[in-house]
Amino acid sequence: MPRVITVDHSLCRGCNLCIELCPKSIFQDSAEIGPAGLRVKEVISPDNCTGCGLCELCCPGAISIDPLPDEVFTSICAEQKDRRVETNARGGWKEINSLLTPGRYFMTGNDAIVEAALAAGCRFFAGYPITPANEILEEMSRRMKGLGGKFIQAEDEIASVFMMLGASWAGLKAMTATAGPGFALMQEGLSLADMAEVPCVIVNVQRAGPSTGQATRPAAMDMREARYGSHGGVQRIVLYPDSVQETFDLTIESFNLAERFRVPVILLSDGYLSHLSEKVEIGERLRVYDRVYIPGEPAFGPTPDSSAPSMPRFGDGEDLQVTGSTHDRSGKRSTADPSVQENLVFYLDRKILSRREELVDCEEMLLDDAEVVVVAFGTAGRSAKWAVKEARKLGRAVGLLRPRTVYPFPTQRIMELSRSGAKFVVPEMSQGQMSFVISQCIANEVVPLPQPNGQIIDPRRILGYLTEGAW
Amino acid sequence: MNVRELRQSCLRQVRTTFCPGCGYEIFINCFLRAIEGLGRRMDDYCFTAGIGCSAWVPNNYFKADNFHTAHGRAVPAAIGLKLANPDLEVITIGGDGDLASIGGNHLIHAIRKRVPIAVFCLNNYLYGMTGGQAGPTTPLSSRTSTTLDGNSEEPFDLVKLVLGVGGRYASRYPTAYPHLLKKGIESMLDADGFRFMEVVSQCPRQYGIRNESSTASRMIAWQKENYISKEKARSLSSSELHGRLVFGNFRTAGEYVQFLTEQQ
Repeated sequence: MPRVITVDHSLCRGCNLCIELCPKSIFQDSAEIGPAGLRVKEVISPDNCTGCGLCELCCPGAISIDPLPDEVFTSICAEQKDRRVETNARGGWKEINSLLTPGRYFMTGNDAIVEAALAAGCRFFAGYPITPANEILEEMSRRMKGLGGKFIQAEDEIASVFMMLGASWAGLKAMTATAGPGFALMQEGLSLADMAEVPCVIVNVQRAGPSTGQATRPAAMDMREARYGSHGGVQRIVLYPDSVQETFDLTIESFNLAERFRVPVILLSDGYLSHLSEKVEIGERLRVYDRVYIPGEPAFGPTPDSSAPSMPRFGDGEDLQVTGSTHDRSGKRSTADPSVQENLVFYLDRKILSRREELVDCEEMLLDDAEVVVVAFGTAGRSAKWAVKEARKLGRAVGLLRPRTVYPFPTQRIMELSRSGAKFVVPEMSQGQMSFVISQCIANEVVPLPQPNGQIIDPRRILGYLTEGAW
Repeated sequence: MNVRELRQSCLRQVRTTFCPGCGYEIFINCFLRAIEGLGRRMDDYCFTAGIGCSAWVPNNYFKADNFHTAHGRAVPAAIGLKLANPDLEVITIGGDGDLASIGGNHLIHAIRKRVPIAVFCLNNYLYGMTGGQAGPTTPLSSRTSTTLDGNSEEPFDLVKLVLGVGGRYASRYPTAYPHLLKKGIESMLDADGFRFMEVVSQCPRQYGIRNESSTASRMIAWQKENYISKEKARSLSSSELHGRLVFGNFRTAGEYVQFLTEQQ
């Protein structure tokens, strides 16, 4: 049966598959050399064609068999045009009722993380058992059901983080929780979250390492891993609270920041803080931020003002191309252009750095006339607070700077404080990770007070240093 | 509608960057014909992919929502999408290295979790994009860029693997039989639950060139000699079956293993 068979020479690769597969041998090499450097094919005996379509199926688009005019071909794909669901823009700030009845609660740090995440709108949790973060996984499995959210226990932390990223693109606020060894496995996925601008929250309940270390003991040994652990090394937002109340508040803040900046936000806790039970005040209303979607807007940066771009979800009809490869604003891979890569990476940094002033959040105490500035994070900051107060009673001119944001690092504030010539003292539940960072910012004397023994720092030990100078 | 028009309407671009003779072109065309046959549209589906030539199929070309994840992580991302929004029809397209090596654990756990996604494994026998290194499906004694003296490791039989861990839908189709491949894709997209298909594909540039079958045509001819449909296999004696792999759609390990026993 005669049919019109054409070979588009610009698309023919010369692979010979049509010659191989055609049962009627209707193709042969032509004299022309194609774009792939091989002979393009031509049709020699179209009358023998049975229309079986094998040649078309094996060809990269060069061969087309057109049917007889009276044959009816129906195809829904033919009408595949813009299917964007006409939705209005969505997202932004909103004020909602608290999930728990307002009032005073007595709960652990891990429970506070769960309750705050759910209050902030988290409806997807993927995780893998690991001490000391297990209670988050367990509590999420229990609480998600009643809220219509989704919980899944993954086969490992790598799967947890990628499930979270998938869920985030499906439109849910998503989260996972882990500890040191699991956090190391998650770095691959976090790097993808940086590059593809996927909002999500990762809780790292720190324990003493390296490796398995002391699984049940608290430490602050992943401080720099949270910022520098992934390949590519773009800026990160990393928060570390010092109390269960602050854990609750900063968990909500983590979701708000993740959604506003379209970044992975890392909330640090530790084996002590996560198991500490304390009073938590829960208010009536809370402010939460939902990622912004404006139909038709490009889904990726760099945006002109370095703010987060519009984020559609899968199923919105935007034909999204989400990739961890270097891409343009539409998401299309563009891995050969040096300027696309450079602009993208600088943009990912700028997204956070250009709003550093607004992001950096520190608790400050007695700093006005301080000759010794104690800089401490999280649980160490809690010990330091008592020690500074006691040292003041003994007449020592000491003050406390307790950054709630580990990153972006409060460089500006530390430089301001350094102008008085003060000495900086940095007690840490590690070998001294952040004291090094501080010493990079300023020329003042920076004294590390390291305690990498899996114990919280006894406040009296810090007081001892502030009064006697011995560590 | 001819395939070129179908490619124009369903792909982001008709011209791909695959090497001449690549079997992935056959998969793409069969996939498009399959969704046409089902009366569906490309954007009725969304896709996840890992890393490698296989990932380029959906991410660079399919005109639909797709998530190009890290190497081996397409399945967990698909689980996340499907769980978060069960209305999405999620399809994962990966390679043999992607799904059976670095992502092997994710694959078997997705089967155990009975996640309703369709997973296509485009098996070209090695790591094509990185230069042709041996992979988890490289046949014994095949030469690759890391096994110049011949591969000494046993390859995975992916259909056996999937059925062995409790999968209820595993199929295998070689690109040498495009019509059967297209039908296989159609029935796979129409089915429910976790579905797996191994698309046995030729890679003339990396595999063929090192194994005395340097052209796509010779590799297709090799596939035709060595793969036999389960319908035909039933009528063959075990000596006739010897050394050949059976393709088709399998629902239980028992159904599949029977062909393996006959081979021995």
